[in-house]
Amino acid sequence: MKPLPLPEALRRASFGLPDLAVILGVLTLLGLIAHVGSGAMVSFRPPDVSPSISLDPRNLPEYAGRSTLRMFIALGFSTLFTLIYGSIAAHNRRAERLLVPLLDILQSVPVLGFLSITVTGFIALFPGSLLGLEAASIFAIFTSQVWNMTFSFYQSLRTVPKELIEATTLYRLSRWQRFTRLEVPSAAIPLLWNAMMSFGGGWFFVAASEAISVLNQDYTLPGIGSYVAAAVAAQDLAALGWAIGMMVVVILLVDQLFWRPLVAWSDKFRLEQSSSGDAPQSWVYDLLTSARIPSLLAQSLTPAIEALDRLMSALLGRVGDDPAETEPPGGDRLYNLLLLLGIGAVLTWLVHFVLVTVGVTEVATAFRLGIFTLLRVTVLLLLATLIWTPIGVAIGFNPRLARLLQPLVQLLASFPANFIFPFATVFFIRTHVSIDWGSILLMALGAQWYILFNSIAGAQTIPSDLREMADDMGLSGVQRWRKLVIPGIFSAWVTGGVTASGGAWNASIVSEVVSWGGTTLTANGLGAYIAQATSEGDWPRIALGIGMMSVFVVSINRLLWRPLYDLAERKYQL
Amino acid sequence: MSQPPLSLISVNNVSKHFPLPDGKGEFTVLDGVSLTVQPGEVVALLGRSGSGKSTLLRIMSGLIRPSQGAVESNGEPLRGANPNLAMVFQSFALLPWLTVQDNVELGLAARHVERSERRERALNAIDIVGLDGFESAYPKELSGGMKQRVGFARAFVLEPEVLFMDEPFSALDVLTAENLRGEIDDLWNAGMFPSKSILIVTHNIEEAVYLADRVVILGSKPGRIRGELPINLPRPHDRSHPRFKVLVDYIYGAMTNPDIEVSGVIDGGGPEPSAARSKVSPFARPLPHVRVGGISGLLELIVEKGEEIDDIPVLAERLQLSVDDLLPLLDAAAMLGFAQVANGDVRLTPIGRDFATTTILRSKDLFRQQAMEHIPVLNSIVHTLREKTNGAMRSDFFMGIWDDYFPLEEAERQLATAVDWGRYGELFEYDASEGRLYLPS
Repeated sequence: MKPLPLPEALRRASFGLPDLAVILGVLTLLGLIAHVGSGAMVSFRPPDVSPSISLDPRNLPEYAGRSTLRMFIALGFSTLFTLIYGSIAAHNRRAERLLVPLLDILQSVPVLGFLSITVTGFIALFPGSLLGLEAASIFAIFTSQVWNMTFSFYQSLRTVPKELIEATTLYRLSRWQRFTRLEVPSAAIPLLWNAMMSFGGGWFFVAASEAISVLNQDYTLPGIGSYVAAAVAAQDLAALGWAIGMMVVVILLVDQLFWRPLVAWSDKFRLEQSSSGDAPQSWVYDLLTSARIPSLLAQSLTPAIEALDRLMSALLGRVGDDPAETEPPGGDRLYNLLLLLGIGAVLTWLVHFVLVTVGVTEVATAFRLGIFTLLRVTVLLLLATLIWTPIGVAIGFNPRLARLLQPLVQLLASFPANFIFPFATVFFIRTHVSIDWGSILLMALGAQWYILFNSIAGAQTIPSDLREMADDMGLSGVQRWRKLVIPGIFSAWVTGGVTASGGAWNASIVSEVVSWGGTTLTANGLGAYIAQATSEGDWPRIALGIGMMSVFVVSINRLLWRPLYDLAERKYQL
Repeated sequence: MSQPPLSLISVNNVSKHFPLPDGKGEFTVLDGVSLTVQPGEVVALLGRSGSGKSTLLRIMSGLIRPSQGAVESNGEPLRGANPNLAMVFQSFALLPWLTVQDNVELGLAARHVERSERRERALNAIDIVGLDGFESAYPKELSGGMKQRVGFARAFVLEPEVLFMDEPFSALDVLTAENLRGEIDDLWNAGMFPSKSILIVTHNIEEAVYLADRVVILGSKPGRIRGELPINLPRPHDRSHPRFKVLVDYIYGAMTNPDIEVSGVIDGGGPEPSAARSKVSPFARPLPHVRVGGISGLLELIVEKGEEIDDIPVLAERLQLSVDDLLPLLDAAAMLGFAQVANGDVRLTPIGRDFATTTILRSKDLFRQQAMEHIPVLNSIVHTLREKTNGAMRSDFFMGIWDDYFPLEEAERQLATAVDWGRYGELFEYDASEGRLYLPS
């Protein structure tokens, strides 16, 4: 029997510099959150009392802090939602049949179109306080992050190795214990990567949701996004430059202080039973593990965790207790009937909406505009593929270059493209480029990086012996691309294409209408249609626009991307 | 008379069906199986792949419910996971993010055992399996053998009435498996084993005879009990004991010939074949999943040995092949008329000898000739293709027929094997992207 605590634990028991750093770090973080968070409680009675934005760059860190806090609150809610929704969908056969298709549709709804509905709703919920706007902004970020994360978690739950599930059942773990010891750990790595990607995409929605006009009323929520909006209204290029610099700093800080440590920590949740060659590194994680405080804290929390374990286990019951045998036999038929009734009600409402509320001609207009936006997204994908795939492949084939550039591309992918929009707008106005074409560039500013990023990743997965073989066979130029490179990166390209296409559709709402000072450029497209309906507060047209865009996105996913995905799985798996 | 001992676990006339794809009825995995585990015995379930032995184990453990029949644990009907047993898995099934200690404590934590008691009992179990000093290691830092030791410790710590082992040594290399198997046997023989009985599922005949007091032989398609053999040897079972060899030979004989009856009466000559197979659809008779290269490789090895007859256990030992690898090859060779298998021996036919030694072109001719003559399903496919003017047919057509007899996954494997054999014999070709079978031009 071993004496406790173990000798090696005692050896590093003394407090040292790491502990000092941890204490200072935690105190700083708490102070910042308290300071920034108190801003949300200020009085707000539109239209008379509304917070104003100062363009003084010295205020920027505070604005950035408030935006970041919003991002993290949204991330917290997203994670909670993900764990609950994903678990229910994976464990309840009936719920699964409703929840998974619903998730598929929600994933395709343009988040920005929601804003108008949620802003009015949340303001009504918290009258006289800025909390309503805060909540609306956080909700917008939440909806941009959550569906991807939920889907990833659900998929992970479905692919937990069968023998591990059997082991937890036979060893009589409670549902809570299975959740905390098997399911969350085995889903941790994909969920974390997904959260990281979604978080990066979230900055775009922070910027778009902090300054918004709904029902001919301008709402401003102090933050880095509204700072940019104010700079655009004042035609202040210098302030824009400061905002972009600040944004880069924030993204880098969040990456170093939050994501890197999490990624390094999550490496232990790898399902392969052998140790991998290069584990991810993080100086913050190293600091935390070498300090004594975190492990002391963990130890003192153990009784509380055990008590929670008992409580939740008692509440949720055991895995092996099979409820299926006590279900009434007619249950499934009733459930199906209810589902059908629900679908029928929605369809009836839809027909009524199309025929009576908006009229068929309006639907035709929205459809025609949707075709315009579809053409833009298509041109964008083609151009981005033609330009970035060769570059991405060149980077991917060169390991040194890839190591150097990959963090940069990741930064670019999570950088909110709408911060760059004003520069492009000025350029369009000066050179008289039509926004009908210009909006393609605007949409591309955010979407193209997914193509580049995935091309690099795809090229890296092509084994070097295949490339050597191609050299050996004398394959070059077109031949080399047709026989080796394109099939090799196809899967990755499809992944990048889906993401880029989804992002471009969403971005169209802010790309097809742009302004600089008093000048506003409006393109012909579904995005502009939604944006205009939103600012006018025209509910039926907002609903029609969002619905039409969702139909477009869902159809393209079904008709184009899913078959391509299947093809990639079947034929081009390396 | 003394009271018969109460059975720890018993299954009575249990069947298990899985639905076939597209609602084409059911596929029977187990058919009318009855089995009991008494206190103090080691029972081995021995069967080839497809005999439903893992399914039977999972039904007895309460992980899946039988379609028909009853499962009892200690005389009570079993509902849900059986609390009186612990299982050791083929793939170890350790949680990679927990240390050895935490993995071993898993079942105790589920029973809300006090923390200090949990630690103590886990350390004790780790000690028994010889992993002292590795408490704080993670599974990925351990070798396969050590991982399975953790698997045993996790089961031991619960002191279950019955220990289930699902091919516990088959993921380990030969030497490690031998070592661990020996240690487990020593624990049992020394009376230090933490459970009253052991039920082990295996496809390794020697392992079954070595560990078990009683070997239950399962038949395939559908899975059923063909019979059982009492080992009746002093423990530990001595591999050089004449009865050990006779038993191994007898079981090999039984397993290479699915049609004979396992009576359990061993007269040295092995079981005798029963009545011949009745006439069935060519698609109902499964092809063994082996490649033609594997068959000819095996035949070459037998030819090189230079003897007329090869003893199958000796052959398996020499090639270091497990039963699940070797028997399908022998099945295929026998089906094609290249070899005859009887009484645990294999004998090459003249054509088999020719096939193994000739040039590749001639061996293809021989294979084609034998396949057309002896493999009804290949014959049927070729005739179907010849009926068509363009000599081509969608593979879905044939899949549809296999679907009637096998679950989807098995039907796909049947197609893959048929394609492999057909391609080798240049009987037909297959275009995977179009899913089409066609005659060679």
